[in-house]
Amino acid sequence: MATQLRGTDVVIVGLGAAGGVAAYPLAEAGLDVVGLEAGTWLDRRDFAPDEIRNNYRDWPMLIDKCEQERPTSRATSETTARRVGSHPMMNAVGGTSLHYWAQSWRLNPWDFRVVSETTRRYGRSRVPLGSTVEDWPFGYEELEPFYDRVEREVGVSGQAGNVRGAIDGRGNQFEGARAREFPMPPLRWTAFNERMAEAARAHGWHPFPGPAAINTERYQGRRGCGYHGFCSKGGCPIDAKNATHLTTIPKAVDTGNLRVVTQAHVTTVQVDADGRVTGVNYVSGGTEYFQPAKVVLLASYTYENVRMLLLSKSNAYPDGLANNRGQVGRHYLSHHQGAGVTALFPYDLDAWYGLPAQGVAVDDWADDNFDHTDLDFIGGGNLWAMSDRRPISAAGMSTFGRGRNWGSAWKRFIRENSDRSHYFYIQKTTLPYEDNYLDLDPGVTDPLGLPVIRITGHYKKNELALAAFMQDRAVEWYQKAGATEIVRGGLGNAMGASTHAYGGTRMGDDAETNVVDRWGFSHEAPNLGVLGASVMGTSGARNPTLTAQALSWRTAQHLVESWSDIAE
Amino acid sequence: MNDDDARERNDSSVISRRDLLRTAGAAGAAALVPHSIAAAAPAEAIEAGAAALPGPSIATAPAPTGPLMNLTARETEILSAMVDRLIPSDELGPGALEAGALRFIDRALSEAESDSAGAYRSGLAALDRYSHYSRGAAFVELSATDQDSVLIDLQTGGATGANVGFVGSSGSFFNMVKSHTWQGTFGDPHYGGNVDFIGWDLIGYPGVRLQVSEEDQRALEADELTPVRRSAYDYATFRVDQ
Repeated sequence: MATQLRGTDVVIVGLGAAGGVAAYPLAEAGLDVVGLEAGTWLDRRDFAPDEIRNNYRDWPMLIDKCEQERPTSRATSETTARRVGSHPMMNAVGGTSLHYWAQSWRLNPWDFRVVSETTRRYGRSRVPLGSTVEDWPFGYEELEPFYDRVEREVGVSGQAGNVRGAIDGRGNQFEGARAREFPMPPLRWTAFNERMAEAARAHGWHPFPGPAAINTERYQGRRGCGYHGFCSKGGCPIDAKNATHLTTIPKAVDTGNLRVVTQAHVTTVQVDADGRVTGVNYVSGGTEYFQPAKVVLLASYTYENVRMLLLSKSNAYPDGLANNRGQVGRHYLSHHQGAGVTALFPYDLDAWYGLPAQGVAVDDWADDNFDHTDLDFIGGGNLWAMSDRRPISAAGMSTFGRGRNWGSAWKRFIRENSDRSHYFYIQKTTLPYEDNYLDLDPGVTDPLGLPVIRITGHYKKNELALAAFMQDRAVEWYQKAGATEIVRGGLGNAMGASTHAYGGTRMGDDAETNVVDRWGFSHEAPNLGVLGASVMGTSGARNPTLTAQALSWRTAQHLVESWSDIAE
Repeated sequence: MNDDDARERNDSSVISRRDLLRTAGAAGAAALVPHSIAAAAPAEAIEAGAAALPGPSIATAPAPTGPLMNLTARETEILSAMVDRLIPSDELGPGALEAGALRFIDRALSEAESDSAGAYRSGLAALDRYSHYSRGAAFVELSATDQDSVLIDLQTGGATGANVGFVGSSGSFFNMVKSHTWQGTFGDPHYGGNVDFIGWDLIGYPGVRLQVSEEDQRALEADELTPVRRSAYDYATFRVDQ
């Protein structure tokens, strides 16, 4: 029998990138908020610049709960799912925002209106068959004030390209209009970045520095980026990366209205006979607790959000919470960011002291920024020339067909070339489809005996055609910059577990095809909200975190403004 | 290639090197004493707001000698020979053995990679069986050239045959050892490898810095940046009591 705790207004399950943002406007408004986090507080001493620990031993993703809940994956329902080797989840106050790459993009306005814009420009038949894509219930303009708020509260550096309709050639001319400039200038460019920008301009493209939740100067009492080179899968040892444990969570704690409970492993959401949620059960130190709450906000990773709903079965929701229409787990997609291209240059790139968020972006081939009339796909990709390298992976570089990757000849090769390779991973429009989904694995469980998530999905014709098209653009860019060897990766097949995992609790006005409404609250359980990329119905060609955070802020603000309607 | 060729090509330098390893308790790194890094500018750490404390540096600790904890003498001998062929000591400079990759692997098998101990044991035994089966001699008795050809068979998954018995495939064993050898050569010296920064010097990595100024970056681009000789754990922020 679970120990019953004192009730609270709002319980947030997961204090990561999304929940860590939502906590602040709620606490600031005077609501009593309990934040349940499976992990603990970490600080700068936990973030040694150590490639073995971060990138080979996958610390700190290997901590307890999330490691035990690693999903399984398979390409189609005809095949057997296998447990994925690595996963992007993390348990700590701040969650994945501790170790992410911190690229903080707004979606393009087109991403909110894929169906209507495609239909308007090319005809309805160009929306791929079998895709379940819908327009978002609102446009970019609706989310803009929340993007703006999060960029300031969290701290995002970058170069604006469109301020209230005024185009600035230094930034992204294809972005939606923003109310004002970024609060900080962009990360600096290396000589190689400059060279890539020059090569892009020579193609007639419009290069610009990407946005990042990384300080480039002193901001809110913390210092600017040290460019130490261990940002990928590592926390920041000088607190320059704006993870929520440094930004919105402390601000929420300072109000006196957020209580952070660490090492709390939430197992189920409870409901009453009317189908309203009443709180959550969690296990901590071997004891089970029930935390009553007037409102529950699920804010864990996409796989965990979906899993929690599917595991929370009741008389009111026999197939899982908020799933009486069978939409939980549907409209899932892993962002297609593989199908990359690798190049070898005849000069050093001097990339040892960089970070994945430091680089040159080209959006000329993203979204619907170019005419698709004579093409066999919709959407596009963001080209990204970053500056990021670490020694073990540098030594493990491709030998570009020059023989085996060990021995004396190889040693000579890497001595000359270890700082001369570059890789484009390419983020591309990825659509949801009828037969790509998440459900509970019938055979694999965590130590509590609860099934883990099973990913079923593969990239389809639209994604593969787009991938080939983007590889052509990437090759053109590398050639212009003087690459001597260029190798294309495969175009993609099965969707594995991804750091960019969208859908599963999609947001939309139609309760028959969406789990949450336009505000992020369940169509079925009115006092249950969902935060994170699991509510996003389209991926765009860029990283999801800022959008997930803007949506979280919006959901939280709506809850504050509609408290009596939702909570009572 | 037949067995006679193999013995013929077993030149004296290979034999003497192997004997040296045996004498040294198979710890190839033992012969090398790392340079002191005490001279590393404390300004590096101060600049990053993390002043280096005085005291023994982890990276300057002499490479430990003596038998490995997780492998038998015979297993150690085979692994030494393999690691030595992956990143050899040659005219370009020292290789994986001198960098302490063997000691790194042994420590890892006690800690983060303890799940792999069984794979090492069975893989090294299978390597020796395959060597006998295909080349007529134990792996450590083969010439460098023949050792390389055996390792190519392993890497390509072709090391099969009666009773060879790689668990999974020979390729997965090869890749595991290769990955750990790379970590033990090019990773942070904290874990017992990359002794004397052999790996970082080989690829020109200028070292762990917490703060890299615009001027530092320009110096790097002009090939004028002086390498930093320290482990991440030599910075006060991350110092751990051993």
